[in-house]
Amino acid sequence: MSQLPSPAAARTIDVSLGPQHPSTHGVFRMNVTIDGETVTKLQPVFGYLHRNHEKIAEGNSYLAAMPYTDRLDYICPITNNWAYALAVEKLAGIEVAERAEYIRVIVGELTRLQNHVAFLGFILGDMGAWGSALMYAFREREKILDLFEALTGARMMCNYMRFGGCRCDLPAGWLDGARKVVENFPAFLDEMEALLTGNEILLARLQGVAQLTADRAINGGLSGPILRASGVDYDIRKVDGYGIYNRFKFRIPRGAVGDCYDRFMLRILEARESVTILKQAIKDIPEGPIVNPKAKQRGFRPPAGEAYGRIEGPKGELGFYLISDGSDRPYRFRIRPPSLINLTLLEELCLGTKIADVMVILGSIDIVLGEVDR
Amino acid sequence: MTDVLPAIQAALPTASVELINNPSPCGQHSLLVSGKDIRAVAEFLRNSLGFDFCSNVTGVDWPPRKVKETVTRKESVDGVEKEVKETVERDVPGFLEVVYHLFSITKKSGPLTLRVRTGDREKDVSVPSLTPVWKSADFQEREAYDLFGIRFDGHPDLRRILMWDEFADHPMRKDYVAPDDCEYEPTPHDEILARVKARTEAAP
Repeated sequence: MSQLPSPAAARTIDVSLGPQHPSTHGVFRMNVTIDGETVTKLQPVFGYLHRNHEKIAEGNSYLAAMPYTDRLDYICPITNNWAYALAVEKLAGIEVAERAEYIRVIVGELTRLQNHVAFLGFILGDMGAWGSALMYAFREREKILDLFEALTGARMMCNYMRFGGCRCDLPAGWLDGARKVVENFPAFLDEMEALLTGNEILLARLQGVAQLTADRAINGGLSGPILRASGVDYDIRKVDGYGIYNRFKFRIPRGAVGDCYDRFMLRILEARESVTILKQAIKDIPEGPIVNPKAKQRGFRPPAGEAYGRIEGPKGELGFYLISDGSDRPYRFRIRPPSLINLTLLEELCLGTKIADVMVILGSIDIVLGEVDR
Repeated sequence: MTDVLPAIQAALPTASVELINNPSPCGQHSLLVSGKDIRAVAEFLRNSLGFDFCSNVTGVDWPPRKVKETVTRKESVDGVEKEVKETVERDVPGFLEVVYHLFSITKKSGPLTLRVRTGDREKDVSVPSLTPVWKSADFQEREAYDLFGIRFDGHPDLRRILMWDEFADHPMRKDYVAPDDCEYEPTPHDEILARVKARTEAAP
């Protein structure tokens, strides 16, 4: 009788997931060690899309950095513009025109809507539901991109904000179009929920997977929807009240368990709150100039000093840290990328789970590699 | 900020903490902490003052620079005492700086800006890591190590993060020189070749 081979459990296998992998949302690589199908080690590898955005911005004028910020999280260019404009406005003490504040809220919340919708499609793809869910999601996202195109001339690389306001005013009839999209949006979310949230496979793949406590989430620097999914009541729109967010009534949804299902549901609930903000903003928007006439764009030289400005981006806290030496170029230009920092706890979340869950956990964090690698 | 500094001084009387004024209208003043005290200050801020969220960690490069100062001194010209104004150039040594932006999620306050400086830009480039205090500093300190060359003592996994492991320089330093275009160009010509020649001849 021949001897049986040693038990498979004693051996571990190293798997390199990515950088070319359909579920890594770009060029992201994970070196995973698996024991059977259980993950025992996971090392993220970054930098495949690194172009040193910060160095490029330090060699250019303040305004020239604006279109570069579109390319960070290219799903949400307008909120990137907003975070950068906000940091510059803090640095130089620039007031923002009243109408522009409303436009910023409207386009910012539309960006959040289309980001969360795209998230729904992507995470279903990560679970193996290729195509259908993503097509449903992108059908709706397309309507918002059409609005961006009508407003800024570009669907994704919008380059829309300026210091003290926005680049151009709303074209005729744009608000009516936006109102129509916003009013039809809850029906789409209901449809998505009817198809998805009670689905048995979806529940089996998401519920109880990668639970995260509030303390760990805070210490790990997580921000945005995944922080709130762990039950932390922290939304920068409420805490800082930047822009004019303190004029609107909206709620901050929170998760109870902190698992992948909470992270998934939180996006749907947040999208519903964004719809309420949008309805209020579209109703209240005043007439007036769209940019502060005192704010200089070209040849802009802020006084020496430094500022850290941040917004609640769709993926988390997006911050810009600027140091000015009084010249026309930033001395230091730093981006606080939520996508990168939200990956801090990726290994902790994945340890002990099955390798098939790694993709779902990564999908539930919602990253964009343009921002991770900068 | 007004109550943080006295609280630190009361709890850690030997720690060297200095308020750095920020002339910007946003008024985000910062605290300069010496490298030997930063761990104790960070733990005090997290445990006693509720700064549980370390949001942003980054490096800043300050190369050596010359500062012009006007000095007045007395001099006797032909027996008459005169005040003579003179411009003197003073050398300020370079250093690297790590900046931490802290927030409190429980108290909903912030930002609190902490700064730590290294001794110089070449040899004495170590500061204690704050990753054991805030896990969120992990990747960001690796990035500051990668792009600025700041070493973080006590970091659990200090490797390059964005550049490849074999890369030698630190690209975010102000004196970093980007490689010649011909490294990427299949057919380097005129202007580029002249620049490469000038540089290779200048090198010893």
